Amino acid sequence: MILPKKLTTLLATLVVMSVVDMFSCAAETPLSDVIRSAQTKVVKIFGAGGLKQLEAYQTGILISPSGHVLTARSYVLDTDDLAIVLDDGRSFKPEYLGSDPIRELALLKLPIEDESFPHFDLQNQATAQVGDRVLALSNLYGIATGDEPVSVLQGAITAIAPLDARRGAFATVYRDNVYVVDAYANNPGAAGGALVDWQGRLLGLLGKEVKSRVTGTWLNYALPTASFSSSVNELLAGHDTTWEPPSQLPEQSLTTERLGMRLVPDVLPITPPYLDAVRTGSPAEKAGLRADDLIVFVGGRQIASCRALLEELTYHDEREEIEVSLLRDGELVVVTLQAEGEHAEE
Amino acid sequence: MIRILTHLGFFCVALQSVATGAPTNPAPELLAIEQERVGVIAKASAATVAIFESSGQGGGSGVLISPDGFALTNFHVVAPCGAAMKCGLNDGQLYDAVVVGVDPVGDVALIQLLGREDFPVAELGDSDQVKVGDWAFTAGNPFLLADKFHPSISWGMISGVHRYQYPAGTLLEYADCLQTDAAINPGNSGGALFDAEGRLIGINGRGSFEKRGRVNVGVGYAISINQIKRFVTHLKSGRIVDHASLGFTVSTEELGRVVVDDILEDCDAYRRGLRYNDQIVRFAGREIRTANALKTALGTYPRDWIVPLVFRRDGKTYSVQLRLPGLHDPAQLVDLIQQQAEQPSEPPEGKPPKPDENEDESPLPNIRDLMPDKPDLPLAVQSRYEEVRGYANYWYNQQRQKQLWESYLGKNALEKMGTNWQLAGALPDDDRFEIRLTGTQGEMRMPTGKTGALFTGGFDSQLSPPGSGGLLLAVHLWQRMIDKGLQQFGEVYYLGQLPSGPEGELLDCLVGIHGGVEIRFMFLPDDGDLVGLELIPADDSDPCEIRFADFSEFSGRRLPARWQVKYGDKIFAELSVDSWQTDGDHPLQEGGTN
Repeated sequence: MILPKKLTTLLATLVVMSVVDMFSCAAETPLSDVIRSAQTKVVKIFGAGGLKQLEAYQTGILISPSGHVLTARSYVLDTDDLAIVLDDGRSFKPEYLGSDPIRELALLKLPIEDESFPHFDLQNQATAQVGDRVLALSNLYGIATGDEPVSVLQGAITAIAPLDARRGAFATVYRDNVYVVDAYANNPGAAGGALVDWQGRLLGLLGKEVKSRVTGTWLNYALPTASFSSSVNELLAGHDTTWEPPSQLPEQSLTTERLGMRLVPDVLPITPPYLDAVRTGSPAEKAGLRADDLIVFVGGRQIASCRALLEELTYHDEREEIEVSLLRDGELVVVTLQAEGEHAEE
Repeated sequence: MIRILTHLGFFCVALQSVATGAPTNPAPELLAIEQERVGVIAKASAATVAIFESSGQGGGSGVLISPDGFALTNFHVVAPCGAAMKCGLNDGQLYDAVVVGVDPVGDVALIQLLGREDFPVAELGDSDQVKVGDWAFTAGNPFLLADKFHPSISWGMISGVHRYQYPAGTLLEYADCLQTDAAINPGNSGGALFDAEGRLIGINGRGSFEKRGRVNVGVGYAISINQIKRFVTHLKSGRIVDHASLGFTVSTEELGRVVVDDILEDCDAYRRGLRYNDQIVRFAGREIRTANALKTALGTYPRDWIVPLVFRRDGKTYSVQLRLPGLHDPAQLVDLIQQQAEQPSEPPEGKPPKPDENEDESPLPNIRDLMPDKPDLPLAVQSRYEEVRGYANYWYNQQRQKQLWESYLGKNALEKMGTNWQLAGALPDDDRFEIRLTGTQGEMRMPTGKTGALFTGGFDSQLSPPGSGGLLLAVHLWQRMIDKGLQQFGEVYYLGQLPSGPEGELLDCLVGIHGGVEIRFMFLPDDGDLVGLELIPADDSDPCEIRFADFSEFSGRRLPARWQVKYGDKIFAELSVDSWQTDGDHPLQEGGTN
């Protein structure tokens, strides 16, 4: 019985310390100021949609002083007429830099170079425990128009658990841990919003609307910053502006036809490069490619669309061996492809 | 701020204790804070009303704002109830209540609980001071759970302020509302949103749901209490009140630049000098950077309100006072709300019963005979309800008319003034003026000459003296009201309080309509003095505004000695009355006619 007594004393001390802690830190920054500052790092995104139950808006967060915006990869981005509205009401047409198909994230860039934007620092990561109080900032229901700040909901982290969810009939790709919260954080339009702690530090990115595969109820959750920060860094690096296409293209370039695969019809500005079909006996089939695979990388460069894939192939000689990464059932699969194909292997 | 902190601290203590199972031994100051919150909620709960339709079919929530039983709720809560409803308080008592006034556009209604003069009331807050991140709580009757009339309380955060929610259906519009994640469910409608100190900051009424069904998903809206404060006296008038419009439209040209893209030439804004392509800078004290911000600000004002407008043209800034026209034609408004009132607020499950078309041949009785009738009005309500088209409850209007006018006549000894008046006095430069009125005509002598007006035909051409906007006609109608009284003057109603003068002082406004023109009697709310007259000959013209001051005794009557007459943007005259003779003080004199 001695140990529990000591434990109790220790806990009591901890409790007092945490109360003191709360007093001191919040005395420095009132919650309303924390919220106001966080709101300036969250943007409203307007794009495709507008049909029944397909909202034409979502949310994003600024992650660099030069105006990189991280958001959820969704149909909203499938338009040439995408607009990002900043907290101050300014509207910009962003550049689409790339996406992370597993976490369903997309990276956009504001077309501004000479300005330093308020942003969340992904390198300086904060984490939270079950029971911690959190704030969810987003453009849910598209309520905030013009220069109105995004909405803020409060709650606590109720679980940190693997995401087991579906969208419609399909299971979601991401299966790792997420922060589950008791705030109604993931309403229509909230995807891409920020989950922050009471100091305004980014804990995670609000996910897309999904339902639990077990209970069928809507989930309120966020992807922890740690789960996507390295992927986002790769996206940022993959978009090294120093990269330039080769000055001379090969005489005979690779084509999808030569590889024996057909992409889905290219109907959107950024059609995800899914395979529609694989020809029997083709190099693609021998390499193990299948219909419905999503091509993510070719030769180490990220591929965001059908168009980008076709362009990338033109840089490669038809005899060249290329490494292709693809997404299948939530798993990343890497294969090597060669058009002449005798030695293709997985 | 300290309070939020301490709440947080308390929360942490509670959480950790629960998590570890360790004995709870919270610091006394934390217990004191908890006790304070319990007290705040207890006080708020006492003022919270559970509203039930008389037949028990539906209901909602409300909140008491005065000890004599006036309570706020939503229009969509009272619309299906008709004139009377049952209201439960957390003392366990059920009270009869009567509808007083409705604002169908703003979704607000005022009802009065009957039977006590000492109802517990909510303290009104200032919703313009509410910030995102402030704590708030709702008190109400979600899902009509309050069988014993104890309200459900839900705690949350202010998620957004100055939100605009587009009209639902034809009428309803939530402008400048508060957004909260405290739970607002069906049945919470009409109930209070309180701040952490228990001050009333809004009336809950809407939420965003879409594909999420009809239960709270963290996005509820409350009509701001500051909007309602402007409407309260209008609602107490028993009228169906309307919101304001502008007479012009705007668009956001670029960020921060809102310009007029269309304007009606017969609106007040046009007469005050606003033109196409002018930039709107401020409206009612608010900076306007988007068209939406203007819509948000405008939506909180009643028809006829006067607000300052700042606009800019060619680098020059203009400040004017704008009279806001109505959003709806009055008849249109009445028709629209009748349509709405026929629909229950929460549709019953299943298909509505249809009357049998072949009822004569049918062996079944007419289905309508099987439906319970709306119960007769309770006695307490009967004596406080009068149905008149255009009013939610004409009884309250009549009461206010009588209170204002009888107090005015009695206090100033104005009986028997007759219709022959002779006034004389001085102008600012010591020149003399004279006004003579009979029942059928009037004239005014000034150093510039003599002008007259006939009161026997159409009034709209009798607006002399020129440049006054109808001074003689205004005095004639004032005289007529004193002579004939409320019953025989013509159409009379109490409008509510409107701002007046450069300071926007609120004055009680009694309206009389006779011969196609409107006269407004403006009273000081505190002592009931008549301090102004406004003659409005037509919707598309400026009124003749007369401000009274320096009340003096003329033949035993208390009457204003200083008159300022204003028409449009110009002062027509400053009159100092030193002689005022009427029929009453010279019984046999026929004077006045030339």
